[in-house]
Amino acid sequence: MKKKKWPFVYVAVITVLTYIPILLTVVYSFNASKLTSVWEGFSLKWYRELFRDRDLGEALINSLILAVLSCAFAVLIGTSGALGMSRRKRKLDDAVAYVSTLPIMIPEIILGMVFLSVFSLMGLPFGMVTLVIAHTTFCVPYIFTMVRARLVGMDRSLEEAALDLGATKWQVFRDVILPQILPAILSGVLLAFAMSFDDVVISIFVTGPKVNTLPVKIYTKLKTGVTPEINALATVMLFVILLCLAGAYVLGRKSQTAVEKAAGGK
Amino acid sequence: MTKTKITSNSRRRSGNVGLMIPMYVFTILFVALPILYLFLLSFLQRAQVWGVDFTFTLDNYKRILEPLYLDTFWQSLKLAFTATFFVALIGYPYGYFMAQMNAVWKRRMLLLIMIPFWTSALIRLYGWIIVFRSNGVLDKILMGLHLTKQPLKLLYTYPAVVVGMIYSLLPFMILAVYSSAEKLDASLVEASRDLGASAWKAFWTVSFRLTLPGLLSGVVLSFIPSMGLFFIADILGGNKIVLVGSVIQEQITKGRNQPFAAALSAVLMVLTSVMIRLYRKITGTSQLEGMM
Repeated sequence: MKKKKWPFVYVAVITVLTYIPILLTVVYSFNASKLTSVWEGFSLKWYRELFRDRDLGEALINSLILAVLSCAFAVLIGTSGALGMSRRKRKLDDAVAYVSTLPIMIPEIILGMVFLSVFSLMGLPFGMVTLVIAHTTFCVPYIFTMVRARLVGMDRSLEEAALDLGATKWQVFRDVILPQILPAILSGVLLAFAMSFDDVVISIFVTGPKVNTLPVKIYTKLKTGVTPEINALATVMLFVILLCLAGAYVLGRKSQTAVEKAAGGK
Repeated sequence: MTKTKITSNSRRRSGNVGLMIPMYVFTILFVALPILYLFLLSFLQRAQVWGVDFTFTLDNYKRILEPLYLDTFWQSLKLAFTATFFVALIGYPYGYFMAQMNAVWKRRMLLLIMIPFWTSALIRLYGWIIVFRSNGVLDKILMGLHLTKQPLKLLYTYPAVVVGMIYSLLPFMILAVYSSAEKLDASLVEASRDLGASAWKAFWTVSFRLTLPGLLSGVVLSFIPSMGLFFIADILGGNKIVLVGSVIQEQITKGRNQPFAAALSAVLMVLTSVMIRLYRKITGTSQLEGMM
C-alpha cells in the first residue's frame, strides 16, 4: 500500500495547535509589560517576582509532600492488594477492586464533595491529613491496575521454584516478584504523581485555610486577575519536566546499551 | 509474613490473604462508606447554622426539579455533549493516524501528547486567556489579516469555554483511540481491500468497527470529567456560564448547604454510572480502553 501524506500533516497541525498556548505562556513570561496585549521588550522581572513569592514556594513544597505521601501509601495499598488478589478468583475481591477504582471513574467534583462531607462529619481538621487521604484514594487505582495487569502476564512458576528451593516468602518477594512488578509500580506512580500534583478540584474541597497546594494557589491567582508571574511559573515547570524526560531518556539509553552489551557478550 | 515454612501448594495460594487487608480496609473506609454517606446526606436537611440535621426529607431532590437547577443540568449536559463531539471529531483521526506511524514516531508522538499533560491543567488554560483576551493574540492575527475589524472579545464567552474543554480533554480521546487502533490487525484491512472493498468501505466495515471500543471509551473519558470541570468555566467563562459543578461548589462554599450539594452530586453520579453501564453493554468489556 502507498503511504499517504495527509494523515501526518493532520497530526502535525493539531499537535502544533495544542502547543501554541504553551509557547505563548513561555514567550510572554519574558515580557516586560504586565499586559499580554503589548510587548514591551525582554525582561526577567516576572522570574524575580516568582522566586521572591514565599506563598508559591510554600505551596510547591506542600504539593510535593502531598504527592509523595499519597503515592507512597498508594504503592503499599495497591501493590499488596494486587498481590493478594492475584491468585484467587473471588466475587468479593472483584467487588472491592471495582469500588477501589471508582475515585478515577466518577467526576472529580463528586469525589471532592464526598470527602468534604465525610471529613466534616468525622470532625477531621482540614489540612494535610485530609488532603493525603483524598489523594491516596485516586492514586491507588493507577498502581493497583498496573500491578494487577503485570501479575496476569507473569510466569508464576518462578516463585514456586524459589519456594521449593527453600527461599522464605520474603526472599521470594524481594528477589523474584519485586523485580518483575517494579516497572508496573513505577509507571503507576508516574501517573498517580502527575494526577496528585496537578489536582485542583478535589484539593479545593478538602484543603484547610492554612494549607495551600500549588494548583489551588494558581487557581486563586488566576481568578483574581492578571498575574504574569504565572507565565514564569509555567515556563519553569515546563523546563523541569523536559529536564526529567531528558534524564529518563538518557538513563533508558544507558540501560538499553548495557543490556545489549550483556546480550552481545554471551 | 508467616514464619512457618509452607510446603503444600494450596497453603501457598491462600498464604497471602493478609496482603489484602490494607486494600480492603482502605477501600471500604475511604471509598465505599463515604460514597454511601453522600447518598444518605442527600436525603437529610441542612441545619440552621452549620452542618447537617439528621431528619429525612425529599426536599433536596424536589429542589433540583426547580427550573433554575434543571436548566443548569441541561446546560452542563449540552456543554459536555458539544465538547465531547468536537473532542471525538479531532481526536479520533489523530489517534487512528498515530497508530499507523512507525515505532520511533509513535514514541515521539506519545511524548508530545504527554508533555502538556504533565504541566498544570490550569497553566495550560492560562495560555488560552492570552489567546482569547480582547486585543489578545487571536484578535491581533484576525485583525492583521483583515478578517475582523474590531476585537472579538472571545474571553469569558461560551466558545472560549468549549475550546478550553476540548483542549483539556483531547489527550484522553487520543490515547483511548490510539490504544485500540494499535491493536488493529492491518491484514484484516488488506484482506477486505483484496476482496474488492473500496478504501472507505474497508475503513467503515473493518477499521472503524474494531476501533469503536477506543472511540466509545474516549467519549466516556471525556464526557464524565466535562460535567465537573467547573474551573474551566470559571477561568475562561467568567461568571456567565454556570455548570452543575459550579453549583455544587457554590452550595458548599457560599450556600453552606451540604445536603443539597449531595443531592446534585448523587444525580450526577447516577448519570455517570448509566454512561459507563451503556459503554459496557455496547462493547462487552469492563475495562475502559486507554484508561492507563
